[in-house]
Amino acid sequence: MSKVNSATLRDSLSVSLTVGAYGVAFGAAAVANGFTVLQSCLLSLLTFSGASQFAVVGVLGAGGTALSGIATASLLGIRNGLYGVIMAPRLKVKGFKRIVAAQITIDESTGVALGQEVRSSEAMRQGFWLTGFGVFIFWNLFTLAGALGAQAMGDIRAWGLDSAVPAAFLGLVWPRLKTNSDRALAIGCAVFAVAMTPILPAGLPIIATAFIAIAVGVRR
Amino acid sequence: MNQYWVAVIGTSAIAFILKYSGHSVPEKWLSHPRIQKVNALIPIALLSALVAVQSFTEKSKLMVDHRLLGLSVAIIALLLKAPFPIVVISAAASSALLYNLNN
Repeated sequence: MSKVNSATLRDSLSVSLTVGAYGVAFGAAAVANGFTVLQSCLLSLLTFSGASQFAVVGVLGAGGTALSGIATASLLGIRNGLYGVIMAPRLKVKGFKRIVAAQITIDESTGVALGQEVRSSEAMRQGFWLTGFGVFIFWNLFTLAGALGAQAMGDIRAWGLDSAVPAAFLGLVWPRLKTNSDRALAIGCAVFAVAMTPILPAGLPIIATAFIAIAVGVRR
Repeated sequence: MNQYWVAVIGTSAIAFILKYSGHSVPEKWLSHPRIQKVNALIPIALLSALVAVQSFTEKSKLMVDHRLLGLSVAIIALLLKAPFPIVVISAAASSALLYNLNN
């Protein structure tokens, strides 16, 4: 590997640290929703995809089954597959390196990599690896901190954790609401999920909204 | 093995399979604009549903409580373009304050 472009290094590190720090919110959310510290940390190490991790703890915390939690998380993980499609011809790696590249293929590594493409294809590859590893390290360290912190709290409602979790979800979805139809979809799905909660088994009202998204996406 | 372990292992296995298969399939398979469009909308639907269910339900019952204040503060913070940690902390602090006043 040739010398690392300093601007690429700066971009990668700043994204890694900022995003990694959200791991505190995840660790706390996981424990607040009934996961152990070990399970919270394993999710960050092995699943390593923020939205999917938040989703699975949210669904199980709401009383959903493992199956509906896995399904919801996996639907949110599809985009990582699409990032893989974008990154594979740019990284050109095989064997073990491809396995490592796949595990760190997330929003941030892909985003920073594509942002470096104007500099050089070498900077693009460096941006991917630096950001992927950087987020991985910080996300896991901060998950542990958040999980231990939440475990020490006792009644999570007295600390506002039961509101921190939906606020974190809202923070994740907010930047995606760019058009009025995106906002209408968001509000429609929120109302639908709450209205169906007393009727459908736990977890299903959430995953059912994916079908609303598919119906809207196919018609547009 | 309880539901939580099944969820941890299942979610992690599928997350990796999705990532790895992306690195392994031909690009043209997934570049259809409809697939891209649906893929952009699914997170909006699921995350919005999670926000609502976590804010307004409790064990399959509808419930409006201190979490409404937390969510409102989070929305205000986001409208003011506050960074993510401020959004989460301000929601938690306001919700905790109301909960502790009532209990």
